Amino acid sequence: MAVNRSIAAFQLRHVARFHPIFGRGIHRTLSSTTTRFSIPDDTPDTMQIKTSHDVTEAMKNQRLVDDDRPHFPGTWKSSYVDTMRFIKPELQDTIPIYRVLNREGDIVNESEEPKLGQDMILQMYKTMIKLHTMDSILYNAQRQGRIAFYMTADGEEGAHIGSAAALDPNDEVYAQYREQGILMWRGFTLNQFIDQCIGNVRAHGRARQMPLHYGSRELHYITISAPLSTEMPQAAGTAYAMKRAGSKNCVACYFGDGAASEGDAHAAFNFASTLEVPVLFICRNNGYAISTHSYEQYRGDGIASRGAGYGMCSIRVDGNDTFAVYNAIKAAREIAMSESRPVLIELMTYRLGQHGTSDDASAYRSKEETEYWRRHHPIDRLRKYVTKKGWWNDEKDERWLNETRKMVLDALDGAEAQLKPNPHEMFNDVYDEMPPRLRKQAETLQRHLKEHKDEYPLLQNFAPK
Amino acid sequence: MATIIRGFLKASAANLFCRLRIVSKYPTHLSAPVLSRLSSGWAYTPESPPEDLGESVKMNLFQSVTNAMDLSLAKDPTAIIFGEDVAFGGVFRCTVGLADKYGKDRVFNTPLCEQGIVGFGIGAAAAGATAIAEIQFADYIFPAFDQIVNEAAKFRYRCGNQFDCGKLTIRAPWGAVGHGALYHSQSPEAYFAHTPGIKVVIPRGPIQAKGLLLSCIQDQNPCIFFEPKILYRAAVEQVPVQEYTIPLSKADILIEGSDVTLVAWGTQVQVLREVAKMAQEKLGVSCELIDLQTILPWDTETVAQSVSKTGRLLVSHEAPLTSGFAAEIASTIQTECFLNLEAPIERVCGWDTPFPHVFEPFYLPDKWRCLDAIKRMVNY
Repeated sequence: MAVNRSIAAFQLRHVARFHPIFGRGIHRTLSSTTTRFSIPDDTPDTMQIKTSHDVTEAMKNQRLVDDDRPHFPGTWKSSYVDTMRFIKPELQDTIPIYRVLNREGDIVNESEEPKLGQDMILQMYKTMIKLHTMDSILYNAQRQGRIAFYMTADGEEGAHIGSAAALDPNDEVYAQYREQGILMWRGFTLNQFIDQCIGNVRAHGRARQMPLHYGSRELHYITISAPLSTEMPQAAGTAYAMKRAGSKNCVACYFGDGAASEGDAHAAFNFASTLEVPVLFICRNNGYAISTHSYEQYRGDGIASRGAGYGMCSIRVDGNDTFAVYNAIKAAREIAMSESRPVLIELMTYRLGQHGTSDDASAYRSKEETEYWRRHHPIDRLRKYVTKKGWWNDEKDERWLNETRKMVLDALDGAEAQLKPNPHEMFNDVYDEMPPRLRKQAETLQRHLKEHKDEYPLLQNFAPK
Repeated sequence: MATIIRGFLKASAANLFCRLRIVSKYPTHLSAPVLSRLSSGWAYTPESPPEDLGESVKMNLFQSVTNAMDLSLAKDPTAIIFGEDVAFGGVFRCTVGLADKYGKDRVFNTPLCEQGIVGFGIGAAAAGATAIAEIQFADYIFPAFDQIVNEAAKFRYRCGNQFDCGKLTIRAPWGAVGHGALYHSQSPEAYFAHTPGIKVVIPRGPIQAKGLLLSCIQDQNPCIFFEPKILYRAAVEQVPVQEYTIPLSKADILIEGSDVTLVAWGTQVQVLREVAKMAQEKLGVSCELIDLQTILPWDTETVAQSVSKTGRLLVSHEAPLTSGFAAEIASTIQTECFLNLEAPIERVCGWDTPFPHVFEPFYLPDKWRCLDAIKRMVNY
């Protein structure tokens, strides 16, 4: 008994200290209590918990012994304490932020440098520039009335490209709305982006949604929907079906710090954990949900701290550090696939642009703040790295920037020159086959448009039936 | 939760059986009524299975639902069933034996979260799995309303048919049960009828339940299948053992008639069966009884044809009157059949209140209220 006590005390004092989430906090909490924990080594309560699945087994197989120890179905390996101590999370350390590259473009810890090679890293850098260019031009195009709406990913290019590059191209992606870089990395063309924004006959989505609601079956990117966080439990379901089918791929589900407050986020975390599915829950914590700063969004330590509550493996990463993002997603993917469990990755970043073209962020944030973060731009950080490596220089940068500008402007002109689909397209795909009642409505509209052709000059922009 | 539900079922059974005129748990003779429900006093009339569907076996409604799912899981290796408490057999016994037969990875419990259940189901269906989600009571479907209306219904449309969640079916126990009150008796079909992109289906008995559920599972659109819970044990008939489907969006004419068209779905079809008999006996009025079966998209043609013949329409449902689905039927039929109408269309429905407890017999659209409506139309 005495031996057990001291082993237990040792474990609590020293092992608990290195607990990934609670770290020194738990040490502080428990070290001042008396060492009256005794964990006998002759029952399943001492079962070694190595994986999250072990937790399920420990909860399920509790030996209901008539002794003075707790055996509640609701937890596992539990122990009593006879002094009251509340957990005050604000008194614990926040989860540290994993980084590889500092702002000067230098590797902080040599062993963490991803060995990707010049071609791959330059490809990542150039894609970030192309993304930034596309965003700038299309934002201005909205201002000129050429497209209805736009949202940039300014400041989050590292998060997009770093994570996209670490995923397998066949990993299914569920996204929120500010993840166009993932599509760009996977090969969505400028034409495809802009066709969807304009809503022309070439758009694969058949021009039914607002700009930015991209989707691509070939690129394994499920079409965006505006309601926030709804994609999250769906990601868990897709991962479940894929796991049952023996797939070698996982699901990557992106969402923002605001969306993480929705009930669907909670549902997704809980389902993915209990049903043991390989999903990467990737949170872009950019500090704002439109005008709502994170301090109004949550009181806990961001989103990464919530993972523990669901039994989820979690990490917090510098989202402006493309290499850190790459490394973390790569490792998370390994964990998700090998242990068949969800992983929560919180990418800390900053939304440099407006929420969207209907928003003016100067109404709720200061110029000083945005200028500070503009100095910490992920593109600049990576540029410093590739320049120092001797792979890139200002002249190449200028040239590539101009090339991307030309590509985007050409694509924009081309997209605008196309017609929009015929209004009949509005009635397709509500169901797999058009029901009779809807067919009648479609015919009614066609007749009406034919009869009152002159009242609808707009029709000349739409393709004939 | 399980003990509460079992207690609930026991009470329900006691309520029903104290009015039984026979001793055994299930009827020994097909034509013997199984139950009479307080003052609304209808009996479930078992139907005969179609002859061309071969061998049949006695099943109640929950058994016919189990059978449909059993056949689906046997034939389709991607099929999964999930929801609260489905692993042990379900609070209404609809999934009894299926977890043992097909494995815990195919028939499994989820956490208590309807928005998660439906969201998860959408994702599984989008990835190609036949996903059969159970919501424990239709009264609890509302947390999933966003996922159903904004996601499932619009999944195919919004992506230009690159993706779809057609393999999703959502099942939920539905309707009055004798003592369910506000939160165990609701009929929420009208909320979903307003949502293009989904299908809403309600069977009146075991034979239809099996065929319609199989159609829903095989249909390439997300479907909601409401199961009249009071009929789970009370409705017993010979059900074909083989796999068969009953077409969606096709109303069923149960009784042909010439004077009045009666339209209902689910449990209320049984009430109107009684009403049709009473109308013939007491008023000499010949009623044509139609079970709508599919609420969305509904079979306007069959109903319109019938009303063009009879000139009078009564629609009856348990759900509250205002904006209940009878309103949609009445509005459409008055457009289609205006000149054929002999009287204003009658809707006999639940009152515009939440579903009450002890007042249930006065809340429900019983056979006397329906008969009064027929009298009004005939004497107009």
